[in-house]
Amino acid sequence: MSNCHDSGPRKGLLPNPTIPVPHAAVNERPLIVAIIGPPNSGKSTLFNRLTGLRQKVANFPGVTVEHRMGKAKLKNRQEVFLVDLPGVYSLHPRSEDEQVANDILKGVRPGFAKPDAVVLILDVTNLGRHLVLAAPVLSLGLPTLVVLNMADDLAVRGGKVDVSALSHELGAPVVLVSASKGTGVDRIQQFLSGTAANLAGAKPARVELPVLNDVPKCRQWASKLNSRASYRAPAPPIWTRRLDSVFLHPVFGPLVFAAVVVAVFQSIFSWAQPIMDGMTYAVSMSGQWMGMVLPNGVVRSLVVNGVWAGVGSVLVFLPQILLLFLFIGVLEDSGYMARAALIADRTMAKFGLQGKSFIPLLSAYACAVPAVMATRVIENKRDRIATIMIAPLMTCSARLPVYTLIIAAFVPNIPLVRGVLSLPAATMLLLYVLGFAAAVITARLLKSTVLKSQRSSFILEMPPYRLPTLQSLSLRLIDRGKVFLRRAGTVILTVSIVLWILANLPLSHGKMPEIENSYAGMVGKTIEPAIKPLGFNWKIGIGLITSLAAREVIVGTLGTIYGIESDGNSEGLEKALHADLTPAGAVALLVFFAFAMQCFSTIAVVRRETGGWKWPIFQFSYMLALAYGGSLVAYRVANLFFQ
Amino acid sequence: MIFNKRSQMAATHKRPATLAELRNGEEGILDRLDLPDDIARRLMELGFLPGNAIIPARTAPGGGARVFRVDGSEIALRDDTAARLFMRLHFPSIKAATP
Repeated sequence: MSNCHDSGPRKGLLPNPTIPVPHAAVNERPLIVAIIGPPNSGKSTLFNRLTGLRQKVANFPGVTVEHRMGKAKLKNRQEVFLVDLPGVYSLHPRSEDEQVANDILKGVRPGFAKPDAVVLILDVTNLGRHLVLAAPVLSLGLPTLVVLNMADDLAVRGGKVDVSALSHELGAPVVLVSASKGTGVDRIQQFLSGTAANLAGAKPARVELPVLNDVPKCRQWASKLNSRASYRAPAPPIWTRRLDSVFLHPVFGPLVFAAVVVAVFQSIFSWAQPIMDGMTYAVSMSGQWMGMVLPNGVVRSLVVNGVWAGVGSVLVFLPQILLLFLFIGVLEDSGYMARAALIADRTMAKFGLQGKSFIPLLSAYACAVPAVMATRVIENKRDRIATIMIAPLMTCSARLPVYTLIIAAFVPNIPLVRGVLSLPAATMLLLYVLGFAAAVITARLLKSTVLKSQRSSFILEMPPYRLPTLQSLSLRLIDRGKVFLRRAGTVILTVSIVLWILANLPLSHGKMPEIENSYAGMVGKTIEPAIKPLGFNWKIGIGLITSLAAREVIVGTLGTIYGIESDGNSEGLEKALHADLTPAGAVALLVFFAFAMQCFSTIAVVRRETGGWKWPIFQFSYMLALAYGGSLVAYRVANLFFQ
Repeated sequence: MIFNKRSQMAATHKRPATLAELRNGEEGILDRLDLPDDIARRLMELGFLPGNAIIPARTAPGGGARVFRVDGSEIALRDDTAARLFMRLHFPSIKAATP
C-alpha cells in the first residue's frame, strides 16, 4: 500500500522537538501559512477565528483575485501570517480562483512568497467528496494540517471518523474542530506554533497518492481512506430539507424570495431613518460647536464650511450602508443566497445570464465594488463580463445620499395607495426599477451581440443552512465601515478641501471672491453649455465633476458650495437647492445619477477584474451616454408636466 | 469528451435514460457525462461520477432546474445539463458497484 512506514507517521500534533531549530530560517521573515478548502467548508469562519481583527483584505499581485491576510494569535508571541486562499474543489487550474490557489501553493506566483505550511480545511459531514482535495494539497510536500470542520454537526447527525487512523493514512496531522463554536481551534494554534518553531520536522510523511488529473481515481482514493478511517457519513441534514421544502416550494419559495428582497429595501429606508436622523443631528451640532469654538477667519471657514460640510454630509449615510451589508452578510452566511440564485436562474436566463449572476447583482445594491469581485463565482467568462458591465447600474448605496437629498427637496410628502406608500418612497422605488431595467436591457443587448455565447451551464451547490456567526457578521461590517470611512476620510476629504480652495481663490483685493468668480465657479461655467439642455446650471456642474470620484461627493460638494455662499449652515441644503434646480431639472438629475458611472473605485476594480482598460472605458462611455440621453429625455418630458 | 464506464454493457440493454428523465425521488446510477471537458470535470468533482447514485430531490420554483442529491450533498443543475447525463436506470443489480 503506502510507503508511509519508511518515514514513520507522526502521532502527535507537534513536530519532533528534539530536532534543532535553524535560527536564521525562523528570523528571516515571518512564517506564511495558507488556508485552503472547498467552498462551504467553513474556511472564512476559521480564518476569522484565528485572526480576529488582525486581518485585512488584499489583492494578489498581478491578478484579480481578492484574498485576506491576517496574523494568527499565538500564545508565545510568534508571528504567523495566514493567507486565506479562494475556495476551490481542486487545484486543477480551471477557473481563475483555482489557478491562483495552485500558483500560490506551488510558489510560482510572482511577487508572492511560497507558503511555509498549509492548513487544509474540509467539511467532515461531507468527507467523501471533500477529502479528494487532500491529494493535490499533500502532493505539494509542504507541512500540512488537515482540519476536519463541522465536528458538532457530525456528532449531532450521528456520523463518526477515526481521526488518528485518518492521520496515519494521510501521513499528516488531522484535527477535528468546530470553527463556528471554537472547539478544537487551540489545536490548530498548536500546529501553527509548532510549525513556526520547527519547519523541517513538519513535512508530511510520504504516502501513496492517486494520479491527480484523474477525478474518478482521486475519488476512489478518498473512499478507500474513508473506509480505513471507519468514516460513517452523518444522517442527512433534516432541518435543511425542512427549510428547503418551504424556501424552494413552488408557491411559498418565490413568496419568501419576494419578502426577503422587500425586507432588505424596507429596512434601509425606514428602519435606518431614526439612526440617520440621529447622525444628522450629531453632525450639524458638532459643526455648530466647531463654528463657535474656532476663531473667525480662514481656518474656521475651511474646517466648518469646507471639511465638515463635505465629510459630515456623507458620514450620515454610514448606518444605512452598514444595514444593507448586514442583510447581505446574513443571506450569504446562512446559505439562503444559493437558494435565491436557484429561484432567480429562470428569470436571469431570459436576460441571457444565469442564477449565479443574482448574487453579485444583489450585492451591487450595496456597492458595485464587492459585487464586481463577487462575479468570480461565475465560471463562464462572457457571463461574468456581462454581469460586471451591468452591476454599476444597480442602485448602489452611494446613490442613496443623492436620491434622498433631491427627493426630500423636491418631492412633496403625499400619501399614495391609502398611506401604504408615500410619493417620496414611490419615487425612490421608481429609481430602483429604472436602474434595474437599464441593467437587464443592457445585459440582453450585450449577450446578444459582443458577449454572445452558448446557453451557459448553471452548477450550484446548495449548502446546508447554518446560523451566521456573530463574529463573521461583525467582521464584515467593520470591514465595510472602514472602507466607507476611509473613503470619507481620503477621497471626500481631499475633494472637499480642494473644492474649498478653488471656491475661495483667486483673491480679489485681498478678499475671498464670490463663488461665481472663483476657480470652481469658472470650471462650472465652462461646462454649463453642455449641461444646460439637462436643466443643470454651473453649480450643479461643479457637483457633477466632483462626483466623478464618487457619487455621494456631490452632496458634500453642494454642502461646501452653499456653506460658502450663505456663510453658515443655517439654511438647509434642501432649501438652497430650490434656488438652482427646477423640478424638471431635479428629475433629470435623478436620472443622471441612476445611469452615470461616477465612481473611481468601480472603474479601478473593473479594470482589475477584466484585465485591461477596454471594458472599463466601454462601460464608462456607455453609462455616460445613457445618463446624458436619459436625463435629456427626462428633462423634456418633465417640463411638459411642470409647466 | 465522453466519460464512459461499462458502455459495452449499457449498449446491450435498453436505451439508457438521462438524468433529466428521472422523476423526483427516483434513484438512478450515472453511466456517463456527455458534456464539454471542463463542465464534466467540475460535475465529477461535485460527485457526478459514473457509477454514483443520484436522486433528483426537488424542482426549482418556476422550473428549468432541479436540485440533485449526490455524494452527500445537494447540487442544482439546469434541465438541459441534466439531459446530457446518461443513466443506468434499469439495472438495479449494478448498484453494488457504487463506491
